[in-house]
Parts: sequence; structure tokens; C-alpha cells
Amino acid sequence: MANLNNLTLAEARDGLSRGDYTAVELAEAHIRAIEDASRLNTFITVTSEIALERAKASDIRRENKEALGSMDGIPIAVKDLFCTEGVQTTAGSHILEGFTPTYESTVTQNLRDAGAVMLGKTNMDEFAMGSANITSYFGTVKNPWSADDGKDRVPGGSSGGSAAAVSGHLAIAAIGSDTGGSIRQPASFAGIVGMKPTYGRCSRWGMVAFASSLDQAGPMTRTVRDAAIMLNDMAGFDMKDSTSVAQNIPDFESAITGSIKGLRVGIPAEYRSDGLSDELSKLWMRGVELLKEAGAEPVEISLPHTKYALPTYYIVAPAEASSNLARYDGVRYGLRVPGDSLDEMYENTRAAGFGEEVRRRIMIGTYVLSAGYYDAYYVKAMKLRTLILSDFKRAFEGVDIMLTPTAPNSAFPIGELMDDPIQMYLNDIFTVPASLAGLPAISLPAGLSDEGLPLGLHLISKPFDEETLFRVGGVLESSLEFNAEPSFLRGLS
Amino acid sequence: MSYVLEGKTGEWEVVIGLEVHAQITSKAKLFSGAATNFGAAPNSQVSLVDAAMPGMLPVINEICIEKAVRTGLGLNAEVNLHSVFERKNYFYPDLPQGYQISQFQKPIVGEGILTLNMPEGQRQIGIERLHMEQDAGKSIHDQDPKLTYIDLNRSGVALMEIVSKPDLRSPAEAGEYLRKLRVILRYLGTCDGNMEQGSLRCDANVSIRLTGEEGLRTRTEIKNINSVRFVMAAIEYEARRQLDVYENGREVIQETRLYDSDNDETRSMRSKEEAHDYRYFPDPDLLPVILKQEFVDSIKATLPELPDKKKDRFIGEFGLSVEDATTLVSDIDIANFFESAAKISEPKLAANWVIHELFAILKRDGLTIKESPVSWENLGKLVSLIANGTISGRIAKDVFEIMISEGGDPSQIVEEKGLKQISSTDEIEKMIDELIEANPTQAQQYQDGNLKVAGWFVGQMMKVSNGKANPQMVNELLQKKLS
Amino acid sequence: MDKTTVKDIAKLARIKITGDEVERLADDLTNIFDWIEQLKEVDTDNIEPMTSVIDMVMPSRIDEVNDGNDVDRVLQNAPNRPADGQNFYTVPKVIE
Repeated sequence: MANLNNLTLAEARDGLSRGDYTAVELAEAHIRAIEDASRLNTFITVTSEIALERAKASDIRRENKEALGSMDGIPIAVKDLFCTEGVQTTAGSHILEGFTPTYESTVTQNLRDAGAVMLGKTNMDEFAMGSANITSYFGTVKNPWSADDGKDRVPGGSSGGSAAAVSGHLAIAAIGSDTGGSIRQPASFAGIVGMKPTYGRCSRWGMVAFASSLDQAGPMTRTVRDAAIMLNDMAGFDMKDSTSVAQNIPDFESAITGSIKGLRVGIPAEYRSDGLSDELSKLWMRGVELLKEAGAEPVEISLPHTKYALPTYYIVAPAEASSNLARYDGVRYGLRVPGDSLDEMYENTRAAGFGEEVRRRIMIGTYVLSAGYYDAYYVKAMKLRTLILSDFKRAFEGVDIMLTPTAPNSAFPIGELMDDPIQMYLNDIFTVPASLAGLPAISLPAGLSDEGLPLGLHLISKPFDEETLFRVGGVLESSLEFNAEPSFLRGLS
Repeated sequence: MSYVLEGKTGEWEVVIGLEVHAQITSKAKLFSGAATNFGAAPNSQVSLVDAAMPGMLPVINEICIEKAVRTGLGLNAEVNLHSVFERKNYFYPDLPQGYQISQFQKPIVGEGILTLNMPEGQRQIGIERLHMEQDAGKSIHDQDPKLTYIDLNRSGVALMEIVSKPDLRSPAEAGEYLRKLRVILRYLGTCDGNMEQGSLRCDANVSIRLTGEEGLRTRTEIKNINSVRFVMAAIEYEARRQLDVYENGREVIQETRLYDSDNDETRSMRSKEEAHDYRYFPDPDLLPVILKQEFVDSIKATLPELPDKKKDRFIGEFGLSVEDATTLVSDIDIANFFESAAKISEPKLAANWVIHELFAILKRDGLTIKESPVSWENLGKLVSLIANGTISGRIAKDVFEIMISEGGDPSQIVEEKGLKQISSTDEIEKMIDELIEANPTQAQQYQDGNLKVAGWFVGQMMKVSNGKANPQMVNELLQKKLS
Repeated sequence: MDKTTVKDIAKLARIKITGDEVERLADDLTNIFDWIEQLKEVDTDNIEPMTSVIDMVMPSRIDEVNDGNDVDRVLQNAPNRPADGQNFYTVPKVIE
């Protein structure tokens, strides 16, 4: 029997279909792996009972020749940002510790309906605010990858737990969320595939809101094919979400044709910043070469407003967050810290319930929306957004897809970059523009840094053209032949 | 004849603007599918969206857009084809999201006009704007010494906020504006105007200035007044209070006040939000509201005849007096009741009966016209029986009493009780002859010149005929016979 | 970003911040806003602010009651429910 912890989604799908093993066996293998990996702190809540129940149900369906589809019986991890009925949902925050939703998010329900088996709720940066999974109330997540110095490394964020779970083979796949790069950047740090669909592709109903105009759920897997398979069951119009788009869902997996002849790949000049390290630059160019060898045509393009994307994001996202997080006031659910008056109760609750990064971003957001500053900051940022979007629109008239690095660096040691928030924000410098423009994007592991840590490459495509993303991603993935394994799996940590 | 305040420093006028919150008549709330009924058990009409649970999202109720547009058209206002929902951010326990979804910079309806018919002439009052917004929940302070209880049933209910320009110049005008607005909303079917249940609430912005003074002075806002009477009283009190402030050398402070109807005074309210910085921004969970002109036009085509037009028609078509027409159009249900009854009988008579007889009963029993024990059909039938001479007005009153207490079709009642008017000349002459014979003294009195005795005879005729003798004929024939 | 502003914003956001934190936040926020200043370099005079990345008409729901009527569901996670068992949320008394 194959090692049940080393299967990709596509392999597990086939194995289950052939009867090589059962969903229960798969679930058990992963539950054991999770238990053995507690040091990584990837999960906030492990749902072994539910997992075994759902695995059992999947096996029964299969016995009765009523198997649902690709996801039936597949053990997955769910970022603790998604409300799961009857299961604690914290968004990585103390203010929601113990909160048990009486409802299920659309995305997790979709996967549930497809037969997926939920192993547990993964750790994450609090309220999805962070790039290293160090802001969680439930402790830092450790990257299964480490360098020779033996220091514990961050897995990236905010979907750090999901990234680590997939990377450490604790789950076959995981759901993450991406607002400014929160799926793609941790995927890059953890050497896995992470994909953010077009804004509106997946429903946000039941997803704890951070920045409404940017948040999107997405798959985190070990291969491009796996991501395509999973996205098919996650995506879909939801009438309970006014920003959900009624767009036809093609079979994403069949888009991985292996052929990209004649495709024009845009290489944005502005991503070639001063700070770009040599190794990353080389890797990026290697990616370009590989695509060229496969028949694509690299095209130099310009996205002039690229450098303004990050400061724009740090106005828009905190502004929306400051309003979205106002409901956490101790009145109807979650933490309540008493106070002599109503305002004292609010102030005590929110001060105790929210961590430092969340408080900081709420402050930024409150400020940029406040009287006298709204035009100078918020409106300005929304205008920049228009410009950034039109940069992409114009560029996409001449190319079919774009290739950039995912993150400016590899996984850094826990404890670094703590002094200056801006340093931390810069982690998202390459991922943020696609978020602001609502474009689909994917990160795949491309190579190793000098220290032996994963580096990712990033593809961006047109709205609702996830197919091209998977098509080119598939080709790039096979050309890159990235098959390194994290130290954790090699038993070295 | 304008409203002035006589002060020590001269003549002052009052400047009033009204902000009316009207609950849109809809089954479900503005952004959720929970019900909107009044008086439901606490927190029984609350969806997860209304309770602002994590991950919840708003989806707009289409009927609310339609009714807001309809109201705008009924107020002769500009409908904005492009409007935006914005979040008004502040903290209060009856506001679960920590923000209210409202419209700020781009409301769905722009400027309009409301015409008032005041005794001194017509007044055009400007409407500034109309926008849609969510209502908040309810805070209950008297259930526990240390706690305030929160009921979110009302949270998320659809409201239209209708803002007038500061064109009103007297408490009476303000009262009439509110009355007229309420009538129009009921005509349009967009709000039931029930002020007791809070479907219609009014805030008054009041300032005063010396007559002829340019510009506006500081205004205060009197919040949540729930009757026309109180609106007028509150404004009256506040205007005088401000006069007092100015004339004692002080300045009026911009603040929010409440009207205390028990003591007939306004009082300063402790402010809910110290720094009124609502940080409005477009709600990222919603898209802009984009309307097609065809949509607006189709709503315009279904607008009902509004009160002023209907009044003119009642006067022109039915020959009613201005007073009667005004009374009948004062409420859509009354107007419809009357018109339906009038169409099967005779309008002027029907008007009389509705206004005098029917209203008296409704008032006595505390009923609305929709709860009338007599249907428009039966009232119409009754009136037509009078109009075609089958019964006299007097007998009709008796029949009406029976209809009220026992119900029934008037024709049947007349038939069963044999109440038909006696209009045969022979019969009446016979009765008169008998009377004259039986009362020679009185007959002689008449002939001697005491014409008033005829009245006595009429009375006797009524007794003898059980009220059924046709009064006109009695008068005519009596005169003939007595002379 | 001075300390008074920080305190005012914290008040608006209903988050209690004390002593050291005020200073730290003032520093952090000053740095962040200095960094954000670069947006001024861009000429946005004739640019429309983005309303949504989505290019579609706002969807709407039909006017029908299909939700609510489940008190337990909405009160289940509420802290400090009334001792008398009534179905309300509670907060420290507010004086209006």
C-alpha cells in the first residue's frame, strides 16, 4: 500500500476509486500525522470524530456506487476563518475563542457536499492580518521547512496553518483565504501550490470578513492539478453573497492540457525592483526560459503603478477591516470583558480580544476613514485602485498571462521582521496588485534559496480565466520539476 | 398671516426642517429575509445577518428599491439612476454590525416638492432627498436595574429617510407637512404611516432668526417625535426656548433634544456618539444601485391618483364642496370607500353619509374605515335608497342603526321592517284628512294665522305614519289642506 | 500622528489603549503614514474611485420571509443572557 500520507489529491482520488484504500484509512493516517506534528502548531481545532464520520459516509457511498466526485473522501484542512457548524471558529483570535457557529460557510458546505473530509481548523494570523502566522492568539505556526541553522521558520501568512498542513503532509489539501497574498505567499514559503481565484468566484458567505472587496477563498495543495480539482467544488454563485458572480464554472482540471504554444507571457518591468535578490531574479528568469522552451512568447510589459499597490492596499484593507470588525463588541457572541458602562465594556473587550496587529490595522482604518482624511486617503486609494486595474487591463490586451516572483524572500526565522510593521507588509509586494485588481493568481514552488528554502513563482491571468492559469501553471510545474521535501518530512526536525 | 414670535428684541421667525423616517411596507427586511411584523416576540424576527454574526452578508430586497422610487415619484422628486449604499459607522448595542447600511453621498432620490394647502394659501415645501437605510434594534431599559435588554427584531427593517428643506415656517406648517406626507405615503402604499407603531417617526430641526435676517442660525434637532400633535407642540416649545436663550444674551447650542410630552418641553439628550464622525464609505459588500429609466417609467405609470388631484376631481366630477372633498381624500382608504359607495348611489349624499353618519360611528367605536361594520356596498345601497325616494332620510338613519348593530343589506331591512316611504298622494291625503278631523282646534289655529302649527301637524303625521310619510309631500299637501 | 490623535482614534474604535501603547502606536502609525504619503506622487485628478472590481448589476432578493424565527440560533452564543430567561441580549445599562 502506498504511503497514505504522500498522496496528491489526484492520486488519492484514483486510489479510492480503485479501492486501494478507504477514506477511513486515509483519514486515520492523516489524523495520526497531525498528532505527531503538534510541534508545528498547525491546527487550532482538530476534528477527528467528524473526519472519521465523514470518511465512513464516503466509504458507504462508494460501496453503494454513489461516490460523489473527485473530492469524495479526501481529507482536507480548513482555515479557521471559515465558519463551520458546530465546530469552534476563531479566526485566530481570542475575541472569538469558543465561538461555535450555528451555520456553515458556503465554501466549506460546497466541499462537504462534495464529500470532502474535514480534519480540523487550521491556525492563521488573527483575522487574516499578517504574513507570517505570528499574530495568532493560538501561537505561531512553524514551517515544516527549515534551513541548516535549525531555526524555526515562519510558514508565511495569513494562511500559515493551512500551508504548513499541506506542506507537512498532514492534509492532502487545505482551504485558505487570500486578501493581499495570504494564500500565495505562505504557499511560496512552504513549497506548495496556492491559488487565489478571481474575486467573486467563490462565495464569501460564512467567511469571517477582513477586507470585503479583496477576500477570496482558495485551494492550497501540493500540485497544480490538485488545486484545479479542488477549486471546481469550492467555486460557484451564491445568492447570499451580493459580490458573488454568476459565472460559468468550467472543468478546471481539463484546462491542464500541457500545451502553451503561442501563449504570450507578460514580464512586468516594475517587479524588477532594486530589492529583488539575485537568486530570486535568476529563478524568475529561469521560469521565463522554461515557458519559452515550451512554446510561449515572453513579452516585456509595464504596470506603471505597481509600486503604489502596497500602500494602497494598506489603506483599503484596514479601512474595510475597521468597519468589518466593529461587530466584535462582546454583545452577541465571543469574548466579553465587563465594564462599568457600555463603552467601558466595548473598550475592555476589544482591547483584550484583539491582538496588536489587529488593533494597529483597526486604528489605521479608522483614521483613513475619519473626517478630514477620507478624501486624502480612502478616496485616493480607491482612485489608485482604478489605475492599477487599468494597468492590468491595458497589459492584458497584449499578453495572455503574467509571470512574476511570489514573494521577495524565503521563509524567515520566527522572531525576525518584528520591529517594523512595514518590513512585514513588504512580504506582499508582488501578490497585492493582483488582489487589488481582483485577478486570479497562483503560486507554485519553483526552486530553493541558497539556504535551501522554497521560493515560488507567481502567475496572474485575466478575470475568470483560471483555465489559462492552470494550463500555464501545469506546464511550468512540470518544467520546474520541484521535488524537494521539507526537513520535517525527512525527519530532520 | 405668518407665524412670529414676539420678543423683547423684536419679531422672530422660526425655520424648520423635518426628517421623517418611514418604514417601507414590505414582508421582509431591507437586506435579510426576516419578517418585519410589529409586536413579535423578542428576537424572533432576527436572521443571522440581522444579528451580525461573523461572515454574514447583505442582499437587497427588490421591493424596497421599487417603493423608494415610487415614493420619490409621488413627491415629484428626481430619481437618481445611480445610487450607492454606504456604511455609517458607530457603536451602539442596538446596531449589531457596528454600522448602519445607509446612503450618504448618492441617495436614490433627489430634490422634490410637497404642496401644502394652508388656510392662508398654498405653500410649496422643498424635499431635499430620500434615501434607504436599515432601522436599528430596540433597547429596553426597564427590565433590570443594571442591564439594558436588546431586541433586534427591528434591526435591518427597511426605512426611507425623507429630508425636507428648511422651508417650513410654523408649527402648523410642520404639522400639515407631516400629515400630508403621511397621506401620500399611504396612497402610494409604500408606508402604512402608523405613528403609534413607529412606522413613521419624525425628527425636527429647529432654529429661529429675526424676521428678515439672512442666513440661518444654529439649529437643534428634536428626535423621534411620534405624533403630529407632538411635532407641533415640540416645535412651539423649542422656538420659544431658543428665543429665551437669545434674549438672555446666550447662544443656542447645537445639540440633540427629546420632546417630553408629559411636561410639554424639550430636553437635551446625552449624545450617543461623542465625536459624530460616522466615517461613511461605500459598503464593499454591495454594488452600486443602477436603475434603468424604463424601470422608473414603469413605476411612474402605476402611480395612483394622489390626494390633491383626487380632491380636485371629487369637486369637479362629483360637485362636492372643498371642505368635504378635503376630508374624503385625507386618507386613501376613506377616499376609496367613499368613491366606491358614490358610484352606486349619489355622490353628494354619499359624501354626507360618510362624513357625518359613518365617521360618527367609527369615532365612537374607535374603528378605522377598514374596520367599518358597514361595507361601502351597503352604505352605497342605503344612500341610493334615499336618493331614489324609497326611504326618507330619517328612516335611513334607523336602518343605518340596524345595519351597525346587526349588520345586513339595507334593501332587505327596509323590506322586512316595512319601512318604505309612503309617497302615494292618496294615502297621505287620507292621513291628513283624518288628522285634521281629529284635531279641529289646531286646524282652526292654522286658519286663524298661526302658521307654525303646521309643524305640529307634520310631527303628528310622522307619528301616525311611523315616520314613513314622505316629508316633502306631507309639507306640500298639508299646506294645501289646511289652507 | 500625535498622542492625542491616537487616543481620539482609539476612542472612535472603542479600543482601550494605555500609556506605553499610545506611544508605540503613535510611532508605528507615523511611520506607516509617512510610507503611505508616496501616493501623493500620483496625479489622480480625473480618475474615478473604484466602486467594485466586479462589473455586474447588484443582485436582489424577492420580498418574502424565509429567515428568522429561530431565537435559539441567534442567542446561542450570547454572553450574559437574562437571569429571568427572557430572550434578549443584555449590555450594561445605557442611560439615554
